[in-house]
Amino acid sequence: MNDFAVVLENVLQVLTAGLLVGSIYALMCVGLGLIFGVMRVINFAQGEFLMLGMYATLYAFTGLNLGVMLGSYIGPIVGALIAGVVLYFAGLLMHRYLLTRVTGIRVVGSEGEGHYPQLILTLGVSLILANAGLIFFGSMPQTVRTPLSTTAWEIGPFIGDHVSVFLNKARSVAFLVSVAIAVALYRFIGRTRIGKTLRAAADNPEAATYMGIDVDRAHSIAFALGCAITAVAGGLVATYYPFQPYVGLDFVIIMYAGVVLGGMGSIVGAFWGGLTIGLVQQLSTLVLPVQLQNAAIFVVFLLIVLIRPEGLLGRNVERT
Amino acid sequence: MSGLRHGWGKPLAGIAAFAAAYLVVGLLVQNQYYQLMLTLVLVWAVMGLSWNVFSGYSGLISFGHASFFGLGAYTVTLLLVKFDITPWIGIPIGMVVGVIAGVVIGYPTFRLRGHYFALAMLAYPLALLYIFEWLGYQEVSLPMKREAPAAFMQFADHRVYVALALGLLVLAMLASLWVERSRFGLSLNALKQNEAAAEAAGIDTLAWKLKAIMISGAMAAAAGGFYAVVLLIVTPVTVFGMLTSAQALIVTLFGGVATLWGPVIGSLILIPLAEILHAELGHRIPGIQGVVFGLAIVLVMVLAPEGVLPRIRDRLARRSKPLAAAPQVDGPVAIAAAARRAPAGEVLLRVSNLSRAFGGLRAVQDVSFEVRKGEVLGIIGPNGAGKTTLFNLLNGFIRPDAGEVTFEGERLLGLKPNRICRLGIGRTFQIMRPFPRMTVLDNVLVGAFVSERDDDRAVAAARQALARVGLAARADSLASSLTTVELREMELARALASRPKVALLDETLAGLGSQEIDRLLATINSLASEGLTIVIIEHTMQAMVRLADRFVVLDHGAVLARGKPDEVTRDPKVIEAYLGKKWMANAQH
Repeated sequence: MNDFAVVLENVLQVLTAGLLVGSIYALMCVGLGLIFGVMRVINFAQGEFLMLGMYATLYAFTGLNLGVMLGSYIGPIVGALIAGVVLYFAGLLMHRYLLTRVTGIRVVGSEGEGHYPQLILTLGVSLILANAGLIFFGSMPQTVRTPLSTTAWEIGPFIGDHVSVFLNKARSVAFLVSVAIAVALYRFIGRTRIGKTLRAAADNPEAATYMGIDVDRAHSIAFALGCAITAVAGGLVATYYPFQPYVGLDFVIIMYAGVVLGGMGSIVGAFWGGLTIGLVQQLSTLVLPVQLQNAAIFVVFLLIVLIRPEGLLGRNVERT
Repeated sequence: MSGLRHGWGKPLAGIAAFAAAYLVVGLLVQNQYYQLMLTLVLVWAVMGLSWNVFSGYSGLISFGHASFFGLGAYTVTLLLVKFDITPWIGIPIGMVVGVIAGVVIGYPTFRLRGHYFALAMLAYPLALLYIFEWLGYQEVSLPMKREAPAAFMQFADHRVYVALALGLLVLAMLASLWVERSRFGLSLNALKQNEAAAEAAGIDTLAWKLKAIMISGAMAAAAGGFYAVVLLIVTPVTVFGMLTSAQALIVTLFGGVATLWGPVIGSLILIPLAEILHAELGHRIPGIQGVVFGLAIVLVMVLAPEGVLPRIRDRLARRSKPLAAAPQVDGPVAIAAAARRAPAGEVLLRVSNLSRAFGGLRAVQDVSFEVRKGEVLGIIGPNGAGKTTLFNLLNGFIRPDAGEVTFEGERLLGLKPNRICRLGIGRTFQIMRPFPRMTVLDNVLVGAFVSERDDDRAVAAARQALARVGLAARADSLASSLTTVELREMELARALASRPKVALLDETLAGLGSQEIDRLLATINSLASEGLTIVIIEHTMQAMVRLADRFVVLDHGAVLARGKPDEVTRDPKVIEAYLGKKWMANAQH
């Protein structure tokens, strides 16, 4: 195999891996983006909801013996969906008992200062959840183990016997589920009555209130749904990525990067943003040592916020 | 009462008393573990003060103060390990690194606001964490120097560390006190409450933010360096980790943000609590510290968002004295008499062919006019004519696409609002921009900093400006308690306090009753007869005819007419712009 073929194979491999991983990042970004889009709240604890989603999937998968009952394709997916439902209710509770004190219609319209209490409150929640996770789950890295985690489909070879692309089965399944859920959510928000409520509450909470829309309820649904979606994404990640209770922090930066890149407030943008971050992360492995992969994401994130804080798809709005 | 006028005596005595008491306790304690805890309380108090000096006063929340802490810790450690340089020198060098890091991080990041700033700050220490791991500094221990321990800040008697940390804390508190009690703190507070207004009032917001993060970076780096010396081992996670940034923020918010004692009190309560729980239960319940800090901050945000200390102070204050009744507002003022003014002098401000578009909307197109010394120029035009955009172009909030503005022969294009204010162009806002949680005097004082380098003289200038607009009686009220007309007067005073040569007044009369309009017109007229050059925007002609010497009429962003009030008000084009074509047709018949 000549040099060109090696490079080509690496690039193709990295691109497909980026696409697969990126789609899952995209799903978690959609969760964060939904919350921000509707409530204008940055949920610092989103990473911890992802982590809880991973553990919920793990316990559902092993506790209900889903692997045996439903097989290694369907089993983890059902586990992740169960995790989503569980975290939906966790999100409802958190919104009801904590966030309503620092969010809602008073804060949505204000810029800057009014948002810090939310950020700081959710930082507190994030610390509690991550460390409580350590207490209850232990620090041992875990995965949702199926035969799929370590097997792959081969596509190719394209040139003679060379240049094949390997699709990790677990990641590929996760990719399909992510895209399906994202599309379902898109249609849900676009077409259903609840979806319209969410969009109205996001667009102009005050006017929505005058039109008889319960904005607090809309916030509550958006927050819970955002947590659930990120938790499902966590469950999908858990099938190929070892995790421990502090894993949230790594992913929360990925989510911020994706959401900012897509333009804060846009759910579709969040999806493309997350996908891009996945590609960037995988492509960085071509030139950077593996230990610096996460650092690369932080640097990309910084570059995005510094150079184009309104996001690639966002509009530039000037105000005085 | 102004934030600047509190004496230094009381807080200095407080710091001295606290330091003495702490030192006594520190010297009496024999147990090494408790000595360590006493030291750590002080280290985190310094870290909290560092966070407070920057984020507390400026309102720019940093989630990344671990950057400075970690760089300080690694500077001290690596200097000792690689070059045999003692921490006595290493800590000051670390502080220099902290200052540099402050500039390097601050300068690009200050372009961001709100969420974006907080999130960007989060990324710096986490990136540093991975970089230091990659560099191979996973776990660096400080070598023992048995031959000359004291020269390397190594002491068998751990009470020395308590004393050293106490020294560090006293220095940090003095620095905080200096920030809080000078124009530094007031400027930060102003930009926290309304950044655009602070800029327009002549506060160089970027310069103050940079100064604040430099001081803050030095303090955090000192805390980090000393932390390394005390614990003798440094890992990326302990110094750059999220918990480090969070602890700085949490002890401060818990104790009381933007107060001198808040970070100290927060640290005194939370650090021992977390340490004791960790020591007692840490082996069975790992992560208990994080839970403690998380719970602390959640409880504070929910129950007492202003922090423990201000909450206690409020309680005590409420018990001790009832609120003083607000002073009565001055009675109605005599109706403005059209004052005799000196004839207009040479050209002060020249606007040539100024244009600015927002997307397809041409808000200002090819506007030219000049402002002569001593005149009152009225800029009138229907809503949406581009009047406020014109002011925003003149005072530097937005940049024109084309054209030129000169003031006393100097080009203004590209200058920041605070520079333009310093040159002598003051402004007020159509939608008022007070600093709501500051007193009226402090609001105006922010403007006075431009004209007076000395803080006491600035206070005098602010009082004088308040007297000129007839608001002296309200000097000690909070700006948020003022009525609309009083807010207008306060903004006018804030602009006056910078001793401008030209004042740009943006719809100063909007939303006022007729008596209030009379009162404000009298004030503006008297300012004009004192020789102040005024450019005033209005869309109600009636009031303007009584005030302006000359009009420039804008419509759809372009100059429609200009001239003396009676000429302009008779101009058919102007009547058409205001009242529409149909009215014109009627008027002609």
